[in-house]
Amino acid sequence: MGRHEPAALIVGGGIAGMQAALDIADAGFPVYLVEREPSIGGRMAQLDKTFPTLDCSSCILTPKMVDVGQHPNIELMTYSEVESVETDGAAFDARVRRKPRYVDVDVCTGCGDCAEACRMKGRVSAGFDAGMANRSAIYVPFPQAVPLKYTVDPEACLYLTRGVCGRTFKCKDACPANAIDLEQESKLIDIRVTSIIVATGFDMMEPQTKPEYAYGIYPEVMTALEFERLCDASGPTRGQIRMNGKEPRDVVFIKCVGSRDPHTGVPYCSRVCCMYTAKHAHLVRDRVPDANITVFYMDVRAFGKGYEEFYDRVKHERVTYRRGEPAEVYRQGDKLVVLAEDTMLGQPVEVEAELVVLATAVVPRTDVEDVAGLLGLGRSPDGFLQGGGARPEVNGSLHPVDTNVDNVFVAGCCESPRDIPDTVAQAKAAASSALRVLVRARKAAPAEKGGGE
Amino acid sequence: MALKTQKLTEQLELFGCIQCGKCTGGCPVARKTTLNMRTLIYHMLVDADMDVDAHQELWDCTACFTCVERCPKDVEPAELIISLRGELVESGRVPETLGTALMGIFRQGNPSGMARQDRELWAEGMEESLERAKGLASHAGSAQEECELLYFVGCIPSYDQRIQPVARALLRTFERAGLDPGTLGTRESCCGNEVRRMGEAGLFGMLVEENGELLRGVGARQLVTTSPHCFNTFRKEYGLDGMEVLHYTQLLARLIEQGELTFPEPSEARPGEHRTVTYHDPCFLGKQNQIYDEPRAILEAIPGLKLVEMDRRRERSLCCEGGGGRMWVEGTNLQERLAFQRVQEAAETGADTLAVACPFCLLTLEDAVKVQGLDEELCVMDIMELVDIALEEDLDP
Repeated sequence: MGRHEPAALIVGGGIAGMQAALDIADAGFPVYLVEREPSIGGRMAQLDKTFPTLDCSSCILTPKMVDVGQHPNIELMTYSEVESVETDGAAFDARVRRKPRYVDVDVCTGCGDCAEACRMKGRVSAGFDAGMANRSAIYVPFPQAVPLKYTVDPEACLYLTRGVCGRTFKCKDACPANAIDLEQESKLIDIRVTSIIVATGFDMMEPQTKPEYAYGIYPEVMTALEFERLCDASGPTRGQIRMNGKEPRDVVFIKCVGSRDPHTGVPYCSRVCCMYTAKHAHLVRDRVPDANITVFYMDVRAFGKGYEEFYDRVKHERVTYRRGEPAEVYRQGDKLVVLAEDTMLGQPVEVEAELVVLATAVVPRTDVEDVAGLLGLGRSPDGFLQGGGARPEVNGSLHPVDTNVDNVFVAGCCESPRDIPDTVAQAKAAASSALRVLVRARKAAPAEKGGGE
Repeated sequence: MALKTQKLTEQLELFGCIQCGKCTGGCPVARKTTLNMRTLIYHMLVDADMDVDAHQELWDCTACFTCVERCPKDVEPAELIISLRGELVESGRVPETLGTALMGIFRQGNPSGMARQDRELWAEGMEESLERAKGLASHAGSAQEECELLYFVGCIPSYDQRIQPVARALLRTFERAGLDPGTLGTRESCCGNEVRRMGEAGLFGMLVEENGELLRGVGARQLVTTSPHCFNTFRKEYGLDGMEVLHYTQLLARLIEQGELTFPEPSEARPGEHRTVTYHDPCFLGKQNQIYDEPRAILEAIPGLKLVEMDRRRERSLCCEGGGGRMWVEGTNLQERLAFQRVQEAAETGADTLAVACPFCLLTLEDAVKVQGLDEELCVMDIMELVDIALEEDLDP
């Protein structure tokens, strides 16, 4: 690869950003993949299984993560954020801030002795586990992380927050490679790229927006993402579905929590909840064979390849689908009660539950405005980044990955909620669009090709 | 008589309903009567006519508006019930007790039909304060004295012997805080909040006009009410621009926060009261106006008082069944009253006092405590009464 090959910048290292990066890199162009978390992998890494095939999510994701990490054409910039982007019309000048990990990644072997020794061990809420497990102040978010390098959490490390850890630094003492550098500073890196793909992903709606479901009041009420971690073999319970130390007998799923509800600012359908709830119901049946499983739904939208079949299968696994959007959750004795109208019966019903899972809406990242501002991107009324090209109202659907800025494309859930197959398809579309730009740029500047410095 | 559904369906924009059932699922009375808003809406959508008389359960609705608050599509199911009640009211087909209440409001400005000139009897023993209050209000706007704060007493606090002490306590507390409230005296009429919800739109319009004119004439900067029901309609349905409408709990919480109302610390001579209190959120204060914190802030500021919470609280509070005209119409299924269930929930917290901030809640829950035989262990009090006791200066040691 010539050093003057036009390059692409991909913002976001989830499944969308990774797939786009691989496609562009495989075509022979250099890619800068910027991810703000310590590891690539994104949301998909948090999932236990994927629907409708029930593949182990990390089993199909991890090889891709490794490919990205090892690809000669991909410069992986994890724990980094794009700080500014400017364009002269021909290309973009981006400034990336590499945040200090306080660990020398060239030296760290990922052995984990530091985390074992850390004074904060078991006292820091693990974001990757949706707060359901604790870690140390020095950590890798999950065992399959790429790169497998430790990071010091600046908000939890005693030295970084209070200026003092103890008489000695436990992590430093423990590190056999002498990799820890608590004085490390952030670094600015300037790169010049010809095309940009934004793949910054999504957040889940805070369930407190629906106070009637009493999330945060009852520990037995959890979000779908938390449930996903509960099911995950590498999650906080090693994949055992347990509530209050025992297997829940009565499990209730509530769909459309926030979605399709202009009140909560989410007028749209989040697209993935119907299927992941079916998957969750299956996982309960798989792990707790005699559980009573009830899914409350308004509609079942099983529109993708193999989806209706999967829904059929789950129903045959003795999962009761009851039509009606629950109105309230409250406590009765030592159980919770989900109150709803069963609209098929036309009467209110109370369903006992030891575990209630809320299928919360997919919403734009809390910092979507900053990302849009960084690149001058438009946003659609739902708050997500706007695809559809310069004038989305005119044939926008024929330009799904184009944005209002030339040579900047979108992929994945930063544009709107979508499942993994659609995300990957869109990432490939974005890569293809970016490649057109890169190939054109290469032809326009043949003299520089292979010139070297 | 059959109602042609089309016009009302269009007017209320019922077409947006997705039949999710959230309204009926959360409806406190749907669980014990045949009231089902979702199917009512469905009938409005698919039938050309509706036999409204056949739906006597329309009178079961307490207008708690849980359905309106939670509807994902802004359909406002309770507004359909109010409109259908209106059809019945217009042709005089209403339960007799309801007719009497409406007539009382029309003739004497209050639902009990008590004489208008007796409206100030609540202030017995406080005539001087009341005279001053009236004076302020009648002079204000027209001439020299500005009436900053107007106290709208409300019908139940004016006439009901159980609630009158709440109003007196409020007036006393105003004075303790150095406030000069005015009142409308005998010119005050029913706010009409329940009138509108009973379906009597015409009478409600009249009351809005009458009260609105008086209130604007006074030119008060703040309007404070005893009842969340009065507060609700003044705040949302009167168009009182430039006037800050407050429920008394908001005003008190503010005074406490600003240090203008302080409770004496308990001492040996004045040990104060030791109570464990649980608080019942009134629908018209909580769910409908999102005032959850102020009443609790007041309770927490009272020395010697311990606040414990019921499981169903704030947005999930259980309606006491006193709203929407239900004080004057029994509805169907009298056996299972929500107030019975509610006082049991309160007793389960171990509290000795169930605090409320609404005259209707006070009446329904106190009654329920007696019927349920809980009077030995649980007393029902308005927050205002608890504040008054805590502020009382000559408390016997």
